[in-house]
Order: sequence, then C-alpha cells, then structure tokens
Amino acid sequence: MSSDWPRVRLHVVTGKGGTGKTTVAASLALALASHGKNVLVCEVEGRQGLARMFDVDPLPYAETRIATGLRGPDGKPPGTVHALHIDPESALLEYLAMYYRLGRAGKALDRFGVVEFATTIAPGVRDVLLTGKVFEAVQRNSRNKGAIEYDAVVLDAPPTGRIVQFLNVSDELAGLAKVGPIKSQADTMMTLFRSPRTAVHLVTVLEEMPVQETADGIAELRAAGLPVGGVVVNLVRPRALPDETLALAGAGKLDKEAVRADLERVGVSTTKALVDGLAAEARDHAERRALEESQRALVQQMGVPTYELERLAGGIDMGALYDLAATMRDQGLG
Amino acid sequence: MSTTQGAGRATTRGKGRVGPLAAHPGTTTRLDVDALIDDPATGIIVCCGSGGVGKTTTSAALALRAAERGRKVVVLTIDPARRLAQSMGIEALDNTPRPVAGIDPAAGGSLDAMMLDMKSTFDEVVLSQASPEKAKQILENPFYIVLSTSFAGTQEYMAMEKLGQIHADAQERGTYDLIVVDTPPSRSALDFLDAPERLSSFLDGRFIRLMLAPAKGPARLMTAGLGLVTGALTKVLGAQVLTDLQTFVAAIDTVFGGFRVRAQKTYALLQDPSTAFVVVAAPEPDALREAAYFVERLEGDRMPLAGLVVNRAGPQPRGKLSAEEASAAVQRLEAAGDAPADGPGDPTLTAGLLRLHADRMTTLAREAQLRARFEAGHPGVPTAVVPALARDGHGLGGLRRVGELLADG
Repeated sequence: MSSDWPRVRLHVVTGKGGTGKTTVAASLALALASHGKNVLVCEVEGRQGLARMFDVDPLPYAETRIATGLRGPDGKPPGTVHALHIDPESALLEYLAMYYRLGRAGKALDRFGVVEFATTIAPGVRDVLLTGKVFEAVQRNSRNKGAIEYDAVVLDAPPTGRIVQFLNVSDELAGLAKVGPIKSQADTMMTLFRSPRTAVHLVTVLEEMPVQETADGIAELRAAGLPVGGVVVNLVRPRALPDETLALAGAGKLDKEAVRADLERVGVSTTKALVDGLAAEARDHAERRALEESQRALVQQMGVPTYELERLAGGIDMGALYDLAATMRDQGLG
Repeated sequence: MSTTQGAGRATTRGKGRVGPLAAHPGTTTRLDVDALIDDPATGIIVCCGSGGVGKTTTSAALALRAAERGRKVVVLTIDPARRLAQSMGIEALDNTPRPVAGIDPAAGGSLDAMMLDMKSTFDEVVLSQASPEKAKQILENPFYIVLSTSFAGTQEYMAMEKLGQIHADAQERGTYDLIVVDTPPSRSALDFLDAPERLSSFLDGRFIRLMLAPAKGPARLMTAGLGLVTGALTKVLGAQVLTDLQTFVAAIDTVFGGFRVRAQKTYALLQDPSTAFVVVAAPEPDALREAAYFVERLEGDRMPLAGLVVNRAGPQPRGKLSAEEASAAVQRLEAAGDAPADGPGDPTLTAGLLRLHADRMTTLAREAQLRARFEAGHPGVPTAVVPALARDGHGLGGLRRVGELLADG
C-alpha cells in the first residue's frame, strides 16, 4: 500500500506516557527508510530511549547511523536510519556558532552562566533550541556544509500533554520577544510546523485515559493550527478468538467438554483446573476485548486515519521493530 | 521514617506465590501498604515515578484507603486525568483542598483533595514576599508571565511550595495528619528532587549577578567581559528582551531569597523520617529503569524510601501449562485437523484458548525477568505488585478497588 503521508518530511510522534511512543518513532523510521530513503530519528528528552531500543551506546549530539531501513517487497535496497540525541546545551552552542559568529563572546556566555540559564531556567528557550535543531535537520541548507540531507525526519516528541506548547515555539516566545532575531527564527520554524510537510501522529492504547487524552490532544493541535497526522493504536491484544467464541467466553458458556477432548487428543493431560483455568482466561480476555472495542469506536470517531500495532508478549527487540515497521508500511503509515 | 524502619514495615512474603511472578520466593519483601498508611508516624507520602505508570491513580487510591481507615488525609494531585478529577470532585482548579464526597467516615477519617494551580501558587509566593508595588511590577513582567505558566520546571517548584504550605498549615491547625503528594509528570523523575537545588544555584549563579550588574554597576565586572556578553545577548535576543530580562531579574531577586529558604525547608521535610516515598512503576523496561534511578537518588539524598509499587502487572495464570507446552499443543491440534465426527471437539476454540494462555505466560515471564533484574540491582526494596484491571476504575468504587489491590500486592 502506498503511504498516506507522501508529502510529509517531518513526522512528530507524541502520545501519553507508557503508550510506546519511542517504539513507534523507531519503527516508523525503519518503515520510512525503505526504497533507498534516508531517515533521521531524533529524541529530545534526554532519556536515551532510542539507543536502548536499537541496542547501541548512548547517542552523542551527532547524527549516528544506527540501522538499515526495512527491506521492501520490491527488492530495492533499503535506505539508512540515523539517530540524533538533541540536548539543549549543545544545540545552543551550535546555533550560536552557526548564525552569529560570536567568537570570544560565545565562550564568555558559557563562562557567565548564560548557557546554563538559557537551557535550564529560561522559559521557552529550551523548547526553541530543541525544535530549532529538528527544524535545521528538515531544512538543511548551505549553512551546514557536509551534512546529510534526509528524505524524512522522525521526532520522538514530548508527551501529548506538552506537545502543543513544545511545537508552538513562536507563541511561547511571543510574550517575551516581539521583535528581534530569535522571534523571526521562531516564526520561520512555525511556518514549517504548521505546513502540510509536518504531521503530528498520536500514539495511544485502547484504554479510557489515553484515548481521552488523544482526543484532547487532537483538539488542542487543531486549535493551534498544527497538522494532525494519524492515531497509532499500540499494544492491541491479539485476536486469538473469533467474535462468536468471544461472546460465549464472556458469558462463561464455552464448551469445556470439547476443549477437554481436543487437549486429550493431542496428548495434553487435562485436569478440571486446567480446563476451567483456560475458560477463565478466555473470560478475562473477552472483557478486555469488549473494553478495547468501545475505545476503538471512540478512536474511529476522531476523524483521522488510524493504524493498529499488536501487543508483542515477548517485548521489543530489533526483530520486533522491523515487524512493526512492516505493519506500518502495509497500513500506509510509513 | 528511615529506610530501616521502612523495611520493618514490610513483611517477607508469607504465602508462596504461584507462577512466574515468584521470581525469588522468600527474598522478595512485600510492601505492606496498610501498615504504612496506618502508622501515625507517617505524615507525608510522596508518589513518584515516570509518566503513564498510574502514579496519580495510586496516590488517590492510597489517600482514599488511608482516609477510610481513619486518617485525616489531603491528597495533592497534579494535572489528573479528567475522570479521576471528577471522581474526587476537584474539577475546579482553585488551589484549595476540598472535601471529597462519598467516602466512608465510619473509621473517623476524612479526605480532602486539591489540584495544583501552578500560576496562582507562584503568584501567592510573590504577593507574600514583595511589597505591593514590587509585586505588581513582577506580576506584569513578560518573563514572569511565561515563567509562571509554561516553564517546564515551574510545576516542580510549585508542588514543593504547596506541599510546604499545606504541611505548615496542617501542623498549626491540626487539619490533616497525612498528606499524599502526586509528583508532576516530569521529563525526568529527578526534576522534582532537583527543584530546590536548581533554584538555589540559579539565584547564586553568575548569570543573576551579570543581569544585576548594570543596575548596581560594579566596574570590575565590566572588564571581565561583561560588555562582550551583553553585546552578544543583544545581538541574539534584541535590546528590548534584554531590558525586560534585566528588570525581571532585578525585581525577582529580592523575592526569591524568601522562596529559597522555603524550598530548602521543604527539602528538609522530605528527608524527615515522617515522610515516605513510594516509587511507582509499570513492568516495562523504561518505567523500571526510571524507578531504579529514583531509588538510587533517594538513597543518595537520604530520603526515606518506603517501597516500590508495580502497577499494570499481567494477570496470574490459572493453570500450570507452560507457554511452550501450550504452543506445541496448538501445532499438534492444527496438524490433527478436524475433530472426529462422532466425538466432542472444537479445535479452533481450543487452539485459541491455548494461544491466549501462551501469550499470558510469555508476558508474565518477561515481567518477572524485568523485576528480577531490578531486584538484583536494588535488593531489599519492599514491593507491591498490582495486577492490571480489566476495566478502568470508575469513581470512588474504582479507587477503592485499586486500594485493595495495593494492600494485597
């Protein structure tokens, strides 16, 4: 299936904590990097989640090649995935060097604690520095000689509750700097973030609070004029039972005698406890699936494309990331 | 409560757990939640951990359980999900604790709840510390407005401030004997503990002196490169921003002296034996890693750790069949084909049940391994394991259920 987002250069991945935002960002990068495309995946929260996910050393403030993209069914060689860990101190020093040629003054700023102030205490500045570096990677130009030009950039962004504030850099600065170089740069960044070349994807799981937070997040993004991408429903329970069986399981009316006979036939010695246990597990499962269905209906009413990724009982490793990437590409996200 | 006393509250698991969760039978100490909340010496419980692990729900459930067991409790929540706020009746963000309706007062306890309003807490501090004229100047400064509403660390500072206020008030008037605090969903779990230190180092920092220099005008600083720095700042920020910033720093400098003293007092309060930290996590690598950092950090800062709560654990299996046995049986069922025409059987159903079982066993094995790793690095941390509920908790009934599970954990 072809991508739903062919024009998007910047994929922002947000979501409530614990929904698997970093997993989705990492596998989306792998999916986008098929067909010889080069992709950069950035993280901004200092957690080094990408390094752990790809099982490499902690990432420096430098674009580091970490994986080969997902191989496409057409046999064309895949592209590469680079990763970048953006910390505000390095971003500020690079920014000053790139745009202002401050020379000795740059060092003086550091010595006087200005760098520390700007990156830890100063309101809004931290976010501007982080998003500024992402912006630079998307809009590579002649100022950054020798840098790799990427076909797409994936941002493992802050959680849903903070995403609008994070991307809305010019509004955040508006109260402070009405004119001046910082202000005009923030405005340029906003032009990209509000354009169809950006998509903000929201990761959720099929539970009440995350689904509610996703709906709120979509409304806030729209109010701020930021482009909403898709909703990625993560950790979906496997559909091991067909619907009619699920209904019977939920009502506690499974044919236990049939199950016992099947198990005996393939050499599993059955006890009443085993068969009752399996039926009870099926009942739990039916209850959870029913909850998922009601939440899924809410997600579908949000009016944005949705994608579903299955819960993997064994956890996430490199193989699992490629599996998820393939699912994303099949569904048209990557 | 010191760490050793904390261990005294925990009892070694009496009854052996069945299944893979019994990673180290006999060595896992159980966090005895009821002993913790019933102990009159426990004055403050701080729930901390990474985002999305059910920290706010855990705080609310602990507070409700303590209240219904006879404590006079206030719970300070930060940005709760709408439904949770509704169930406690704190939809209005007015920074004042309100009684929660519907709790069982039979044991003589009570429960108030409040939601932190970052900006009014900050405003109150400014108003209490500065002269009316100076306060007005600060409240109107653009830097102050942004700092008090959107700065990523303000929530942490203000949560500390509010905790200090409520505690002082409770001591004075005997309003509460237990304060339960939910910490902000920080990008790093450590931001909460760092708040007073960061504030102090900021106030003592060179940057403040630099910004104050033009007003005070010591010529010595000028020679040390001040001109260079202000020049660079003007170039990057623009002259107006720099002037606003200088006005802001000059105005806030006088106020923050008092604020720093209070923040340090709250920090000392957190180290007091009457405080108990409960680290909340989920059985996921990231959440447990954050929990591990937090446990280490609490030890380093000599803060009293009560234990670890692992939420959202996979449900216990109900039979003894292993994941491998179940998967092998699925393969044999598929190879065998349809059930005999003259006997009972439903291979699709049975295979589905076996797959579900294998999935559950695999999940549990992974979770047990993650917890075993945590325990290897941090032995002796009393732990409560709370299974994921099939349905989200609704209202006080849901919170009560979570409280029971916490106590059973």
